[in-house]
Amino acid sequence: MTANPIREITYLEAVREAMVQEMRLDPEVFLIGEDVGTYGGAFGVSKGMLEEFGPERIRETPISEAAIAGAATGAALMGMRPIMEIMFMDFLTISMNQLVNQAAKMRFMFGGKCSIPMVIRAPSGSGTGAAAQHSQSLEAWFVNVPGIKVVAPSTPYDAKGMLITAIRDNNPVLFMEHKLLYRMKGPVPEETYAIPLQSAEIKREGRDLTIISYSIMTPRALEAAEKLAAEGIEVEVVDPRCLKPLDRDTIIRSVCKTGRVLIVHEAPITGGFGGELAAVIADSEAFDYLDAPIRRLAGRDIPIPYNRTLERCAVPQVEDIVAAARALAQEGK
Amino acid sequence: MNATATELDTVTAPAGQALLNEMPREKLAWMLQRMCEIRYFEEKAEDLYVRGLVHGTMHLSIGQEAGSVGSIAALQPDDLIIHHHRGHGHTIAKGADLTIMMAEFLGREPGYCRGRGGSMHIADIPGGNLGATGVVGGGIPTAVGIALALQMHRSKQVLLSYFGDGASNEGEFHESLNMASVWKLPVVFICDNNQYGMSMHMSRSMNVKKVSERAAAYAIPGKTVDGNDVLAVYEAAREAITYARSGQGPSLIDCLTYRWRGHSKSDRNLYRTAQEIEEWKHKCPIRRFKKVLVEGAVMTQEEVDIIDLAAKAAVDLAAEEAQTLPEPSPLNMEDEVYAP
Repeated sequence: MTANPIREITYLEAVREAMVQEMRLDPEVFLIGEDVGTYGGAFGVSKGMLEEFGPERIRETPISEAAIAGAATGAALMGMRPIMEIMFMDFLTISMNQLVNQAAKMRFMFGGKCSIPMVIRAPSGSGTGAAAQHSQSLEAWFVNVPGIKVVAPSTPYDAKGMLITAIRDNNPVLFMEHKLLYRMKGPVPEETYAIPLQSAEIKREGRDLTIISYSIMTPRALEAAEKLAAEGIEVEVVDPRCLKPLDRDTIIRSVCKTGRVLIVHEAPITGGFGGELAAVIADSEAFDYLDAPIRRLAGRDIPIPYNRTLERCAVPQVEDIVAAARALAQEGK
Repeated sequence: MNATATELDTVTAPAGQALLNEMPREKLAWMLQRMCEIRYFEEKAEDLYVRGLVHGTMHLSIGQEAGSVGSIAALQPDDLIIHHHRGHGHTIAKGADLTIMMAEFLGREPGYCRGRGGSMHIADIPGGNLGATGVVGGGIPTAVGIALALQMHRSKQVLLSYFGDGASNEGEFHESLNMASVWKLPVVFICDNNQYGMSMHMSRSMNVKKVSERAAAYAIPGKTVDGNDVLAVYEAAREAITYARSGQGPSLIDCLTYRWRGHSKSDRNLYRTAQEIEEWKHKCPIRRFKKVLVEGAVMTQEEVDIIDLAAKAAVDLAAEEAQTLPEPSPLNMEDEVYAP
C-alpha cells in the first residue's frame, strides 16, 4: 500500500475520517441519520462530527427510515451528496421503496437526465448477539437492483479510500460496514485518497487455491490461510471489495492461476452473492482451468439466532474456512 | 352513496369576485389555456391508446384539471414540483412542451425521458418538474429531500409535492409530513383527492372525513378546498406557498375532486355508479371556470372559445409531430443506468 510506516486506526475511525475529510472539502456533503449527533451514531461512527460541522450537516432525524432514505434521495437529486446512515442494515427494509424504486430508478427512468449521488452506510452482519433483526447481510438484494452500487470493504485502509470514492460517485452507493470490523485496526494514511470501486485486491498470494471473500470474511479467510500455510497449502485470498460493479478480471485471473476456488460470505447461501461469483467464474475462461468444482461456504439458510453458539454456527468461522479449503485443496487429486 | 362535494360542508367557499379582479387577465387566460390543454391532451392520449399507438397503460386526470393548474399558477417559474402516476396535469401546468410530452407517451427518443419512462414517469428536470412516481406515495419522502436541499442552499424556491388520497394512508406520508414539519421545510403537500384509491372510496380507507384533518398530527396548516374550483385552489396554494417561502414550513392542501375515467385503462368502474360519475361531470372544472370568467366579465364567450380552440389545435399539432419522431435504439441501454 504505502512504503512508509503509517499510523494505525480502527475501521470505525477510518469511516469517520473519510466522512470528515470529504465534508471539509465539499459543502454539499452531509450526514443524515438517527442519533448521529450528540449520541455519535449507534456505533459511535460520527462521534465528534456534530461539534465540527453543526446540526445542519450532521442531521439527526426522527425514527423514520423511509423518510431518511427519501430525504437523501431528494437532496441528491438536487445536487447534494448525502451520506445516509441507517442504524442497522436490517432497517433498510423500511427504506426500500425510496432506495429501489426512487434512488436507483430515477436516472434511467427519466432518460439519463439526472443523477442521485448518495451513500447509504449500513452496519451489517452478525456476531454481536443481536439476533435475527439486527444481524443481516442483505447485499444480494441490492446487487440485483440496477442503479445501485454495492461496496463491502474489509480493512480500515479500504474503508477510508472506498468511502471517499463512494461519496464522490454520482450514483447511490450502498456501503456495508460489518459491525465486527469496526474495532479492527490497520494502517491508514492521514491524507485523503480514493480507491476505485471496481477494484478487487489480492489480500494474500498463493498457488494452491483461491478464496474469494469480502467484508468480515476476508480477515477470517486470511487467518485460515495462515493456518493452512502451516500445513503446506498456499491460499490466495481475493477480496472483490466492491460487489457491483465487480472487478471480474482479478477474480478470473486468480482462479486461472490456482484452478480451485472457494467463495466465502456471511449472507445465507441460497440466492447469495456467492452464486453470482460462481457464475462469473463458470462463464469465463477460468472454467477450463478448474481442477475441482467451484465451492461455496456461506451463511446457513436460517435467521441469525441469539444464542452465542447457535449464532456462531450460523455463519462461516475460521475453522469452517480451514476445513472447506483443506478439502478443496485435496479434491480430485 | 358516497360523499360528494356538496356534503362536505367544510370545503372552502367559491373563490370570490375579489380574486378575479385582483388577478391579471393574462394569468387567468393562462390558467384556462392550461386546463384546456390538459383535457385535450388526455383525450388525445386516450385516443392514441385505443388505436394501439401508446404502449402499456395510463392514468387519466380528466375532471381533475383545476388542482394542478390552480396550484402551479401560484408558483414562481423557478419553483419545483414532484408528483405521481396521474401526473399529466401537473406536467402540462408546469410548462411541458406538448410535443416532447406526447413523444414520451409514444416511447420516442426525443420524449422527456427518451422513451424510458412513459406516461407514468414524466420528468422535466430543467423545467422544475422533478418527476412522476409510479408507486403510490413514493414521491413524498423524496420531496422531503428536495425541500431539505432548498433549505440548506438557502434558496427561496418552494416545492409542491402531489399525491392522492390513497397515498395519505401510506407510512411514507406520515414519516415525511412529520419530518418536513419538524424541519420547517419549504414544501406544500397537495392531495389530489379524487376520493378513490384505485377502487376503494376514502370513506372505506380512512376514518377522518377529510385528508386535511391529518395535518393536525404534524401541527401544520391543513385545508380542504373545492378541487374543481381553480381559483379556490389557487388561493389556498398561494397562501401555503407564501407560508413555505417565508420559512414557516409545510402545509397540507386537500383538493377534493373526482376522476371521470377509471383508475387506469383496465378499470371497468364496477365500484361506483354511472350516476355518480355523471353528477361529477356536471361539476366540470373547465366549464365552471369558463363560466366564472365570462360572468365575471374577464373575457367574452368568444375569447374563451378562442383559448379553447387554441389549446385543441396545440394538442393536435403536438400529437401529429410526436408521431413523426424516431424510436429509441435498444443499443447501449445500459448507458443511462449509472451516472459517469
